[in-house]
Order: sequence, then C-alpha cells, then structure tokens
Amino acid sequence: MIATSILVLFGIGFTAAVILAAASKVLYVYEDPRIAQVEAVLAGANCGGCGFPGCNAAAVGVVAGKAGSDVCVIGGPAVMANVAKVMGLELTEMEPKLAFVDCTGGERAEDVYLYEGVQDCRAQHQLYKGSKMCPEGCLGFGTCVRACPFDAIRMGPNGYPVVNPERCVACGSCAIVCPRNVISINGFTDDITHLNEINDCLAPCRQRCPGQINIPRYIEQASRGDYAGALETIRERIPMPLSIGRVCPRPCETECRRQHVEAPVGINMIKRYVADWEMNSGQRLPISCKPDNGRKVAIVGGGPAGISCAFYLRRLGYRPTIFELMPKLGGQLRYGIPEYRLPKEVLNWEIQGILDLGIGVRVQIKFGRDFTVKTLAEEGFEATFLAFGAWANAQIPIEGDDARGIASGTEFLTKVGLGVETGIGKKVVVIGGGNTAIDAARTSIRFGADVTMVYRRSRNEMPANDEEIADAEEEGVKYQFLAAPNRFIKDKQGRVTHLEYTQMKLGKPDASGRRRPVPIKGSEHLIECDTVYMAIGQKPEIECLYDTRGGCPLETTRWRTVEANPATLQTAIPNVFVGGDLFTGPDLVITALGAGRKAARSIHQYLTTGHIEVPDNLQRTMIPYTIFKDVERVAPIERTQMPHLHHGEERTCTFVEVEGAISDDEFKKETCRCMRCGLTCYNRTEPLQEEVSETSKNM
Amino acid sequence: MDYFVLIIAAIFVNNIVLAQYLGNCPFIGTSKETGVAMGMGFAVVFVATMAAAITWVVQRFLLVPNDLGYLQTIAFILVIASLVQFVEMFLKKAIPPLYKSLGIFLPLITTNCAVLGIAIICQRKQFSLLETVVFSIASGVGFLLALVVLAAIRERLEMARIPQSIQGTPIALILAGLMSLAFFAFKGMTS
Repeated sequence: MIATSILVLFGIGFTAAVILAAASKVLYVYEDPRIAQVEAVLAGANCGGCGFPGCNAAAVGVVAGKAGSDVCVIGGPAVMANVAKVMGLELTEMEPKLAFVDCTGGERAEDVYLYEGVQDCRAQHQLYKGSKMCPEGCLGFGTCVRACPFDAIRMGPNGYPVVNPERCVACGSCAIVCPRNVISINGFTDDITHLNEINDCLAPCRQRCPGQINIPRYIEQASRGDYAGALETIRERIPMPLSIGRVCPRPCETECRRQHVEAPVGINMIKRYVADWEMNSGQRLPISCKPDNGRKVAIVGGGPAGISCAFYLRRLGYRPTIFELMPKLGGQLRYGIPEYRLPKEVLNWEIQGILDLGIGVRVQIKFGRDFTVKTLAEEGFEATFLAFGAWANAQIPIEGDDARGIASGTEFLTKVGLGVETGIGKKVVVIGGGNTAIDAARTSIRFGADVTMVYRRSRNEMPANDEEIADAEEEGVKYQFLAAPNRFIKDKQGRVTHLEYTQMKLGKPDASGRRRPVPIKGSEHLIECDTVYMAIGQKPEIECLYDTRGGCPLETTRWRTVEANPATLQTAIPNVFVGGDLFTGPDLVITALGAGRKAARSIHQYLTTGHIEVPDNLQRTMIPYTIFKDVERVAPIERTQMPHLHHGEERTCTFVEVEGAISDDEFKKETCRCMRCGLTCYNRTEPLQEEVSETSKNM
Repeated sequence: MDYFVLIIAAIFVNNIVLAQYLGNCPFIGTSKETGVAMGMGFAVVFVATMAAAITWVVQRFLLVPNDLGYLQTIAFILVIASLVQFVEMFLKKAIPPLYKSLGIFLPLITTNCAVLGIAIICQRKQFSLLETVVFSIASGVGFLLALVVLAAIRERLEMARIPQSIQGTPIALILAGLMSLAFFAFKGMTS
C-alpha cells in the first residue's frame, strides 16, 4: 500500500520532470541573460514599489530600458550599484527618500472629546474627523507604527511617531494608512520645492514668512545646539541666512503667539546667531546639491531673487548663470542697504559661498542692450528668470524739482555702495518715511550732514521699522512730521536752498488703513537745505523689455511690473519666469528670496515635465483658526534686546555695523522663549494634564 | 439538454467564485481593470479545462485502479503545477501573442484552488470525460464572468468617493459579498 502510493507519486513527479526538462530544451526561447542577472541582484521582495508587477518584471523593464538602475525602491545604493554593474550603465543617482512626520503636536494638541473606541487612528478619524482640536495633526494611536513592515517607525515620547532613518526604506506604508496625511515620503527635491499648503503644520510665523522658512523647526534645532541642522532647515527655503538675519524687518514676529504673553520671540536674532556661528567658524557647511544635469538656465539680475533662484536651481542639478548689470552681485542688498546694517564683508562671504556651488556669473551686462530673451535661447539657455528689481524712482512733480542737489534716495545709496562721489552737502532733507528714506538719512548723518526727514503723515504711520526710526533719532536725524513738500527754492546757480512745505493734520483713514493727511491752509514753512533726497517709492525699469519697434512680448501691469501667474511666476512666454521686485513692486528682501525659490521650483517642473503643478490647497493668507488673541498658561520671559555696538554720537562718523550679536546665554534664553507652535498647539509652561486630573478628582 | 443544464448550473447556479468561494485570491487581486480581468479569466478557462481533462485521466487510470483515492489532492496539485509550467513554455515558443496576453497570469494559476476545485468536483460528481471538459469550460466561464463584472464595478468605483479606510481590498470584498448574494437568486433553479 505505502509502496504503491510512493511509487505512483514518484512516477507522476518523475514523468512531469522529464516532460518539463524535455520541454525546456525543445521549447527554449532565447531570453536576455541579463534579465536573470538583474533579477538576482534585486531585493527579491516582490513588493511592487517600483511600479512593475514583481521583481522579474522589473528586471525585464531594466533590460528593456524602461527603468534605470534606481528601479528598486527598497534596495538602496548597493542594489543600485549592482544593477548598474550588470547593465554596464552609468550610475543614475537615486535620491534618498524618507518618511517625514510633519506633526509635532502630539499630546500638546487639545482633545475636543473623550474617545474610548477602537485604538486606531483610522477608526477615530471616522468620528468627527478625530478627537484633536487641530484638524491636521497626529491622532497618536500609532496605526502607522503597525503598518510599517520594516519596524522603522515608533511612537515617540510626545505622542507623535518618530521615524528611524536607518531602517526607513520610504516604502510609503505609513503614509497610506495615516488618515490625516501627517506622514509623507520626502526626498531632497520635495524638501526644497515644497510650497506651504493649508494642511501642513504651519505655525503662525511660518504662515506669515514670505520665505516660508520652517521657523519652529530651526529654533528647536538651534536650542538643541544643532546649529548646522538649523542652517540646513533655513537653507531649505532661503539661501542667505547671514544677510537676512541682519536686514529682515521680521514680518514673522508680528504673528508670534508669544506677543500675547510679553513680546514676540526674537526669531531673526536666532537666525543671525546661527549664521554668524557658521561664518565665525571659518568653515562653510556643505550644501547638498544634485549632480550636474547640464541644463542651462539664465537668471537676469543678481539681487536676492536672482541669487535665490540660482541657488535652488543649482541644488536641483541645473547650471544657472546670473547676468548682472552692476559690477558685483547683491542688488539692493549691496547697493541699497548701507554698510552699517549689512557689512559688505558679510555679504561677500555669503554670496561667495553660494557661487562656489557652481553658479556662473556675468557682470556689467545689460538686459535689452547686450542680450535679450531671444539671444539667451540661442545660447542654449532653456529657461530665463527675470529679476532685475525696481530701481526707477518715483517723482513728485513740484515746482523747482530740476534744481541741483536734488536726487533720489536709492541713487545716493547706490553711489555710496559703489564708493563714488555723491555730491552730498551740509544740510540734507530726506523726503519719505520708508526704510529707504531712513537708510538715506542715516547714511547722510555718517557723511557729517545735518539731516531732517520730511514725512507727510505722523510717526505712527511711517512704514519704516520702529527700531530704525528710533536708531535714526538717536543718531541725530530730525523729523518733520505732517509736512507735505510744496516747492523747492533755488539760488542763482540753480542749486536748491530751501524746501517749502505745508503743515498737515490727520483726517479719516484711506484705503491703506492709514489716516489721510489734510493740509492746513496758510501753514507754509521753509527748511534750509543744500541737498534733497527723495525716497517716496520705486518701480521697475521695464523699458529694457521692449524691442526696437516698441513691442513687448510680456504683459505688464499699471504699476509697471511684469504680469505672471502668482503661484508659478510663469509669464506669457512659457519658459520665462519673473520674480522679486520686478513682479511685486518694491518689497522685502525675504519676499524676493522666497520668489526666487518659487521660480526655481517652477523652472524645475517646467523643464522636467513641461507642466507646473499648483496644489489647490496652497496657503495664501493667514489661516484664521490658527490666530489666537491670547495664549494661556505660559510664563513670561523677557525678550532679548539686540545689543548696539556703539551709541548715538559715536555712530555718526562710522559705517561700522550698528547691531551686534547676542551673547550665548541670551541666545539660549531666546530659543527657549519659542513655544514650538503648530496649527493650534503650543508649549504651555504648565501642562494641560494637571487641570484634567484635578477635574477628574472632583468628579 | 443535460449538457445545457450542466453549463447553466456551472456558470450561474454553482458559480465557482460566488457560490463555492473558490479562487478568491485572483478574484480580488486581478479585478482592478477589465482588460486584466479578461486575460486572467481566459487563462483560467484554458488551464482549468486542460487540468480537469488530464486529472480525469490520472484519476481513472492511475489512482482508482491502484486504490489510491486518498492521494487525489496531492497528485492533482503535482499534475496541475507541472501542466501550467509546461503550458507556459509551450505558449512562449509556439504562440507568442497568446503568451503575451495570458502569460503573466499563468504562474498565478499554478496553485489556484479554483482550478484544483474544478478538477476535484468533476471527480466527485463522477463525470465522463466529455462532461468533465464541458463542466470545466463552463466553470471557467463562470469565473471569467464574475471577475469581469467585479472589475467593471471596481473601475466605476475609482470615480466614487469611498471612505479612505475601506478603499481597495475592503470595498472589493464587500462588493464580492453583494455579488454573491445576487447569485444566490439562481439557487434552486437547478441542482
């Protein structure tokens, strides 16, 4: 019985084997031997992560040229090298990706209801979208932890998951199960081309920052002493932490939740501290870049927007070249912002570091005269970024404005920046109330002039920063508020001698929300002067866009800026992009830096896919539910004051930097003041739990 | 007339997937697109027919005479697995276009319980060789029908708003259950 059964089974098996062996000889079909070789070196998990049905199909795909050596998503560099060896291919660099947990709220996010159901995020999400007050944050049941096949994600101590980068293979299992899209699979390209979306974990400061810097993250890294990490975080969004750390008017601080306790966190002083740390260490931190892909992009204008665009394009593997009219790069940073706010030495160091990544520069070359969009295309540039700023000055057409000694504020500052003769006199009047006006006034003081600023509204309406207004006053600048210039009086030689102005009073608020000045009749006064600087606004010089027949291929607006899609910065010509002041009109340095990165993202997508993706949930305005009127249970800590290196009178004869660095202790204290806000959560000095446990005791 | 009843019973009343719950893995796995479902369905028709015929021969001339009925399962698996391998090689050499359209599904069928189930049912009901062939073709067609219908529904569902937690396989299982209920309406028409 047993013998028969064994015999029969053996017989069947043997027959089948013989038939199959014969068939494999007779029915042999030639197959590329490399398929088997490639399959042998693949990970063999048959996971399908590469988009092919199984490892064999992936191997066939590689041999057929449908996939590169980076086909295997879980294999890592070793597998890639092996596949490349079999195929004799050049190694195509695989961008390492990792799961990234966006939420840092965890236990800090308040619960809106008590949940005792199935301990799974997806289950809870079905019930009023989860129990957390924050509509986007982690629910904390660790569904992603259970989904991970590689044991690479763990529940962290603060109620949100932490990824172990050594084990994570970026398979995406965790991202799929998360009902709130807290986890994403991010690579280097995703990191630097991401634009704020409304379901990101955006603290108010991050929403407000025109450069979209991840402020809570870099402050957190800085507080741990990881200055290099903090700089890397900053450089995911802007390339110039040293300069911006000195000149930024800090729109982020106006949204800081800490201002409801005592004063906003000194966000920019922290940035400056870490940036100074890098400069003073004498060694530049490595900046990761993708390998050169040989594609050329032209950048017209070497100001903040142009530098930022070039920086990110280079990091994405392109070969950008900056075309600059002036002898040196920097734009308004060099020729508009005076030495005492941003020393040229610091600016040079920073720009050099960026250019060293492999960015081409051609200086003293004028767009529209020496080259055009057309000649750039002929030269092999696949896309062009226009960012030559807003350098033309607005004028007030009043009597006598042709007198000698009248110039614009920017002209004066540019001459100072270039180091040429300015023709400044002894009694200077600066007209205007913005930062350029203050810069012109404070620079004039340093040339030993007696300076009066004339502004037609009052101090409260001045657009310049409060600290700067105070600093200027300390240095001896006199203010004449509520004064509207009437006419200039000139002497026989045609040089200006007096400015006549009318005294104003404040009326009802106008469209900009500022109170409109109304003239008081018969209140004309004279100010004696021999030099007048007008700083009442700038606009782009777009004449260079017109061809000889007066035609312009790009659309322009009535503010003389270039029209483009605000989300992509793409103009009417698909491979021409625009940014910085040329697109927005005069704006902040940080806005221009942000625009440069946005343009780099658009150019990258346009050149790789021909299509620029615009997420429909882009964060454009402040998200209302994240703006709090007060914050509870936070102990006050006094804000650090930026130290001034020298004071009042001393400063009037030197261009040496005014603001100094904060001390190590002050820096530590300032980083501790940050409450690590998320969309709704923030650090409370006293934990939320106490109150909960007390109420439960009473029950 | 007998054969007509046999065919109707195999396709609708005792549908191999929806009434007998065999071959659920490829039923869920390859029902995402109708094109793929058609390929898989025809591959099953083809393999099931050949497997049933050959296993009928094995049973009749090898197992029954030697009184080895208890070896049915293991012997059938052995035969079917070898057969599929052979068919794959044969198709690759002889009819490359057919291999291109069915080939990728053949390895999936190697150990498919629907194919094994059809072969075993034929033995249980003590069909003749002709009946076996007719029944297995009809059963394969029943599988094809169920698969294509499910695939068509799932294609429609791509555009529907399904709660995230039941997207994919969960909703496919729910659909399979509903289809199974629908096929229960055929119960009692014939045995």
